[in-house]
Amino acid sequence: MVERIILILCYILLAPFLGGILEGFDRKISARMQGRIGPPIRQPFYDLIKLFKKQYIVVNHSVHFLLLSYSALMILTGSMFFGGADLLLCFFVLSTAATFLYFAAVITNSPYSTIGAQRELVQMMSYEPAVLLTAVGFYLATGSFNVADIIQSDYSLIVKMPGFFVAFVFIMTIKMRKSPFDTAASHHPHQELVKGITTEMGGKNLGIFNVTEWYENVFLFGVVALFILNKNPWSYLACALVILFVYFIEILIDNSCARVKYHLMLKMTWMVTLFSAGVNLLILMLIR
Amino acid sequence: MSNLPIVPFLIVFPMIVALFMLLIPVNEKANRVRNTIAYFSAVLIMGGVAVLIFQWGMNGFRTMDLFKHTETVDQLTLLGEVVLMIVVTFLAFKYQRAWIAILSIVPTLAIGYLELYGPKSKSIEAMTRVRVDHLSVLMCVIVGIIGSLIIIYAVGYMHGYHHYVHSWVEDRRNYFFMILFLFLGAMFGFVLSDSLTWIQLFWETTSVCSFLLIGYTREEIAIQNSFRALWMNLLGGCALTAGIIYFDYLAKSLSFRDLVDYALLHRGSAMIPVALIAFAALTKAAQLPFSTWLLGAMVAPTPSSALLHSATMVKAGIYVLFRLAPAMSGTTTGMMISFAGGFTFLAASFMAIAQSDGKKVLAMSTISNLGLMVACAGVGTPETIWAGVFLMIFHAVSKSLLFQDVGATENSLGTRDVEEMHGLLYRLPMLAICMFIGIAGMFLAPFGMLISKWSALRAAVDENNIILVLMVVFGSATTSFYWTKWLGKIIASTNEGPVRDITKLNEKISILIHTVMMIALCVLVPVLTTSYVQPLLAEMFTSSKNAQVLPTSILYILVLLIVFVFLAPAIAYVFSKNMKANQKLAYMSGINTGKNDAFTDSFGEEKKLQLSNFYFKDVFGQRKIMLPCQLVTFTVIVVMFCVILGGAL
Amino acid sequence: MANVKKSPWLIHYDGSSCNGCDIEVLACMTPVYDAERLGVENTGDPMQADILLITGGINSQAVPVVKQIYDQMPRPKVVVAVGVCACTGGIFKECYNVLGGADVVVPVDIYVPGCAARPQSIIDGIIQARDLFQKRSKEHDALVKAGKTYDEYKEEEANG
Repeated sequence: MVERIILILCYILLAPFLGGILEGFDRKISARMQGRIGPPIRQPFYDLIKLFKKQYIVVNHSVHFLLLSYSALMILTGSMFFGGADLLLCFFVLSTAATFLYFAAVITNSPYSTIGAQRELVQMMSYEPAVLLTAVGFYLATGSFNVADIIQSDYSLIVKMPGFFVAFVFIMTIKMRKSPFDTAASHHPHQELVKGITTEMGGKNLGIFNVTEWYENVFLFGVVALFILNKNPWSYLACALVILFVYFIEILIDNSCARVKYHLMLKMTWMVTLFSAGVNLLILMLIR
Repeated sequence: MSNLPIVPFLIVFPMIVALFMLLIPVNEKANRVRNTIAYFSAVLIMGGVAVLIFQWGMNGFRTMDLFKHTETVDQLTLLGEVVLMIVVTFLAFKYQRAWIAILSIVPTLAIGYLELYGPKSKSIEAMTRVRVDHLSVLMCVIVGIIGSLIIIYAVGYMHGYHHYVHSWVEDRRNYFFMILFLFLGAMFGFVLSDSLTWIQLFWETTSVCSFLLIGYTREEIAIQNSFRALWMNLLGGCALTAGIIYFDYLAKSLSFRDLVDYALLHRGSAMIPVALIAFAALTKAAQLPFSTWLLGAMVAPTPSSALLHSATMVKAGIYVLFRLAPAMSGTTTGMMISFAGGFTFLAASFMAIAQSDGKKVLAMSTISNLGLMVACAGVGTPETIWAGVFLMIFHAVSKSLLFQDVGATENSLGTRDVEEMHGLLYRLPMLAICMFIGIAGMFLAPFGMLISKWSALRAAVDENNIILVLMVVFGSATTSFYWTKWLGKIIASTNEGPVRDITKLNEKISILIHTVMMIALCVLVPVLTTSYVQPLLAEMFTSSKNAQVLPTSILYILVLLIVFVFLAPAIAYVFSKNMKANQKLAYMSGINTGKNDAFTDSFGEEKKLQLSNFYFKDVFGQRKIMLPCQLVTFTVIVVMFCVILGGAL
Repeated sequence: MANVKKSPWLIHYDGSSCNGCDIEVLACMTPVYDAERLGVENTGDPMQADILLITGGINSQAVPVVKQIYDQMPRPKVVVAVGVCACTGGIFKECYNVLGGADVVVPVDIYVPGCAARPQSIIDGIIQARDLFQKRSKEHDALVKAGKTYDEYKEEEANG
């Protein structure tokens, strides 16, 4: 119990730093892939501090409290996850959190923000099946939805569920707002809709949004870790390596793909979900 | 053996009120009288349900078989059948759709023949006519409370309906209320009956009530839709009759309970009546390929949509399937039914994406959720029924709330298009907040529907039903999509001023009670589970293990989450309310004209800004995918019957 | 860590120009010049931007647009005029519809000359701008600490 509380506290306190550093590396590696020097690793933190120091301006006053709710629910999701709670429950709260982000964007009635928000909804619709199926996959492989039980397995679960892993990594591209699926909001200025859902978030609000994204990324990597973790303590090392590898793959995809239309995104993710996670699901059900 | 005297009261009292309703003419003075009677009767019906629970509780909350010697009433039911047949035949000929009359005449004659000359079972004299158990009491509570509230709502709504939005429609309120009360009586009769002939009568009565209400406005489109609903429901009635007759010749019994027990014992040939009745339930629950009647039914005034077409009548199909669930569990019939339900869940949630008419979205979502309940019943294990029962409870309350709310909004706003509800929160605050809570209850964690959907998913996984798992997973993704975009529309800021809220007090009362009920139900899930749903399952399944899908600890966590989901925004709101902030214009590439609702176009003129949701009409449109989906489910049903007949012969 | 100058985010506005300077501004972001190593980000959204980069002269239609974008930026903010057209109106100065450089609408802080301005000089302009941004940020912090709004501060300044 104490262990879990410590883990939850670690998540709440350290996740933003971890997420920020990972983003710093992301930007550096992206720059190197493009033959640039790139910003320093600490750049995301410089940005964050600046954002909180700037004047607080809004289009609609409600944006702030909706973003705070988004953030609170996101932290709750991660805390439940690291506290060893039910995986499906985590994912459901995650989608509720995303709904608050949608509200924060549409309540402004600003055109760019609303377009971004609509696309965010399409993105949610695209990744939701894969996310839920991943939880189902863990249940089939271990007999429990509880994170605490899942990490107690005798071997890395990726052996049993490679299809789910592929599907989950595929939709992580959407969740992490990486090209080609960064239709709602992009990190890169060369897309047709750049800031999208964050258009009307400036200063403090954008800061909250960024920190919440970091929380989310750490949570997502936690789910990736579930595929690897087992009783063997060495698996923690393996899982760190796999997380870094997955992150590298995401960065590589980000830098080598052009943004696709959301129709295509929906089709591609659902196909991958169906044929990768679906087939894996079938096999798991047959061998159970 | 004690009788429950309240049971005949519940069935007969609404029908007597119905007669009064018809007799009171439509004019200012008489309207007042009728409204008063309607209020009193609604409260009395609610009281009746309370008395039912009390008397039943006095008998120890156990299954009770009642009314064993009521042959005279049996003859009355036959009379009722004939009256219904005459009404349908008359209207079918009047509107030149004579062939529909056949669907009514044939089963009526068949039932008549069966009762008069059919095989007399030895036990017919002592047969149970009425059975009171957990499931039927649950249905009574749903019908009684929601039905009464909707009648209270309807009093105010119909006033607004005839004075504002539909002032050109002939005012036939006496007729309208008559049918509503008639329907309530029939519905009580339906859920309390165990005699198959009684069930058949009440079944047909609800079909005809629905038909008459859809045609209320007597417009061309309304008449067309009402007859579509009629023939589909009568087709189900035919299947039901065929099932009853087959079963009577097979087992010499007319008890529903016997049918389930018999089917559990003799799998092969007994599956034919089970499949026929399940087919009837599919038509009633508006499953594909019969979903079109429910969509057409949306032309009816909103109280009837709320009462018949989402909260109660369509649940009659689900109720029958729940009763049949033990018999269907693990059979081909069950598998096919659960496939049809799961497929409907998925397909209807796709089609709901492409709808912008508020009531159509609600109708699609109703079909979709009914599909999930059908799927749960088809799998037929205690776990899925647990999920299905909760789906039914939550769906009844939140859909009734939403229909009433959309109806009231339509009266005030003049339209029920979701796109027109832009900024409803600032224009009709009370209705918008209730709508918001209702919609949130339909899909958002941790509210009721999500809990049920979640347990349905878990139960499907436990059953190794991969198709159902995939359908639930994809269907819940699309479900969130169409609800979330509606919520976004409600809260988007707008410069348009408030609309005059012409919602009457009685409408508000009903809507508010529904809202409170919905939140209360979400909080009460753990209590409901242990105190009511577990005994219900124990009654249904003899081999009752602990059927709870979600552990109780999770249910309590969910209650905490509900508190959190309400508290977090509230605290954040209070916290950020007094923050100093400079308000700026929304970004429109620098050509915002200054009020966030218009921009300067290329001619230097002001152009109104219109924001619309995504609808994917070219992908998920009803026109595009309705027919293929109907074909798929039609094939499944045909295959089901082929397999069963092949197995039985 | 309190250096806000390490994170100057741009918004780029193009008035009536020949697009030469725009190309050069974009060139700053390319691998050859890589302005991102200074923390520069081209945001495209005034609400998130710190530095308004204007290229090209200002014509009568562009006046309200530039004003609005400038107004949508949160304080502290800096304006950089890139290229001779943005500085003075340049070759288009005598056109019937051109009013002049960017400073006819908004207060310009840094002028980057050139036709077209070279990427090196643009980056030099950004570096000067971010120092100014740092200075203004300190002033802004002092204001926030004193609990005053910018308008009150300006009033006081005007009153001496």
